Amino acid sequence: MGHAFLLLLPLTAFAVGGLFLRRRHALAATVSTASALASAAWATWLAWAKADPAAGAVWLDAGGFTVVFRLEWDALARLMAAVVTWVGAAIHVYSWGYMRGDPGTGRFFAFLSLFMFSMLGIVLAGNLVMMYVFWELVGLSSYLLIGFWHERASAADAGKKAFIVNKLGDFGFLLGILVVWTVLGTVDFLDLQAAAPTFRDRLAASPLGFLPLGAVALLLFCGAVGKSAQFPLHVWLPDAMEGPTPVSALIHAATMVAAGVYMLCRLFFLFALSPVALEAIAWTGGLTALLAALWTVAQDDIKRVLAYSTLSQLGYMVMAVGLASPHAAMFHLSTHAAFKALLFLGAGSVIVALHHEQDLWRMGGLWNRMRWTSVAFLVGMLALCGVPFFAGAASKDGILLVALRENRALFALGAFTALLTSLYMGRLFVAAFLGAPRGEAAARATENGWVMKGPLAVLALFSFAFAWRGGWAHDCLATLVGAPMEHAPAVVHAFFILIPLCGLLGAWALYREKPTDALGQLFPGLRRALASKFLFDEFYLWLVRGVQERFAAFLRGVDQWGVDGLGVRGVSLAAFCLGNVLRCFHSGSLQFYGFLLGLATAALLIFGVLR
Amino acid sequence: MEPPGLNHWLVVSAMLFCIGAAGVVLRRNLLVVLMSLEIMLNAANLALVAFSRYGNGLDGQIFVFFVITVAAAEVAVGLAILVALYRLCGTVRVSDIATLKL
Repeated sequence: MGHAFLLLLPLTAFAVGGLFLRRRHALAATVSTASALASAAWATWLAWAKADPAAGAVWLDAGGFTVVFRLEWDALARLMAAVVTWVGAAIHVYSWGYMRGDPGTGRFFAFLSLFMFSMLGIVLAGNLVMMYVFWELVGLSSYLLIGFWHERASAADAGKKAFIVNKLGDFGFLLGILVVWTVLGTVDFLDLQAAAPTFRDRLAASPLGFLPLGAVALLLFCGAVGKSAQFPLHVWLPDAMEGPTPVSALIHAATMVAAGVYMLCRLFFLFALSPVALEAIAWTGGLTALLAALWTVAQDDIKRVLAYSTLSQLGYMVMAVGLASPHAAMFHLSTHAAFKALLFLGAGSVIVALHHEQDLWRMGGLWNRMRWTSVAFLVGMLALCGVPFFAGAASKDGILLVALRENRALFALGAFTALLTSLYMGRLFVAAFLGAPRGEAAARATENGWVMKGPLAVLALFSFAFAWRGGWAHDCLATLVGAPMEHAPAVVHAFFILIPLCGLLGAWALYREKPTDALGQLFPGLRRALASKFLFDEFYLWLVRGVQERFAAFLRGVDQWGVDGLGVRGVSLAAFCLGNVLRCFHSGSLQFYGFLLGLATAALLIFGVLR
Repeated sequence: MEPPGLNHWLVVSAMLFCIGAAGVVLRRNLLVVLMSLEIMLNAANLALVAFSRYGNGLDGQIFVFFVITVAAAEVAVGLAILVALYRLCGTVRVSDIATLKL
């Protein structure tokens, strides 16, 4: 009971903050943070008690289409709600420090609460329609927060880009929902799950029988491709780093971008029907993981390094779903939410200390000046690299083990990506925290206050707590995820330990005490190729400018000359000319009228009666 | 000389009708136009009476009485309009009164 409070708390905070407290910054921040902390506590209690939500109420009832407003609280929702609320609460607190003095703080916290509301809506949604509504709402709050500093043109553009690219994916998702509803006649997850075994037969018998089953699954997958920034719709996520860093941490690393993976797990019973679709999903994820990891190696902006790394990790999760292991994906999602939020907050702490300097090669030497942040960042980094005893190790190795069992090619790809991951994270750490300061700001950086250090500590604890097999947090998570983790032979474990070690040592050897990108100096061509991100942005720009806009201009011509010119104006011109001709008969002379009347009568007589 | 038949009367009626119609269309004086209108009506009356006479029925003649009555009423209204028009425009020349248009 009382699950609706999870939605109502942030919604109230958003309404109050957005309507009344836009100039009362401190109060808005208090209300918003209080709501986040309260939802975290409430979600934990509900998860602990495994309380069943109330039966739903009919929300829409139109003909044969009924939507019941029902909240879901199974293991999946419990886990995701805990992740969202706890990471969200930590980031709310952190935002106090990060946003201090910003004239838009009130607006920022209102939007943050709107995001929490929408994200928890996705998590708790009991049917596809609710999920889609909240799906769009997180898109909206993401747009609002990416473009939070909208007076900067790049931020406004990035917000637009994220929104539009997401729309592409959402369109496929919507089509998928419509197909599922057409075929099965319901949108409720429980009913869908019950009806899923008959899906293939009913699809063949329905008017949409020409669609193969895999196509339906891939339509639904489009939503995840957009939201979780999978190849080929990955282009929006790096640009989304224009938003404030807490936003990047919460929305574009920990929770919203993971919503796509959550949706895949939620609807896994549909995807599981089509091995072809699963194969495509796995390869999409694997390809995203590899490409993003490659591009990361050539990034110089600390937030963009983390953004591409997020892409790469999301690729892992999607790959795990494609390999028919949604629990491995959810496990990695949870640990990733903790350590990637930690990394982003650490980066934000550095950015604040350096007065918004984000270039890696102008940092350096922060280990001595910002010990707290550095240690927290180190924990996050080790977790991301998959070093044993940190959160990432268990979850990433879980995915790689699944890949090893299911698909050797994807395993090789994932292992190589893991190597790259530790390489670029080592590079980031060596460049930003070790060596001598390479910039004025870096030389005078000082540690931030407790408001920013506290959340770092909490998230570092989370990144540590899911440590190794048998740890209580790991067990707790395993029960929430609902499936035991895999066990592997010792040689595989040794391999998994070797990968991050190689990467980190390689980075240490390559980048230590270097003033600029050492890899770029050794292989300038390679760096150029990687930094170009294989020209996807340019290709899409060409697609929009060269193809889409020309097509639009052509259609505009058709509209202007065809529809408007011939159709609308043609009809009006014909009426105009006819009217002018008829005007000549309208002389005002009574006798002429009489003459015409007689003539017309005579004509009628001749043609009508006499003939 | 043989007595006149139906066709003769109809020809006379048609001639009267044409004369009346020509008067309505061509004459400039509204009073004369009204009188020409009466000629047209009477041409129709003549035709009706002729049909009645040669068709062995009284319907046509009864109808003519109605036409005469309506014509009388029409003349009364027409002349009243004529007088009103004269007071308004100071003329009864049809060509001067060309305001019957938008």
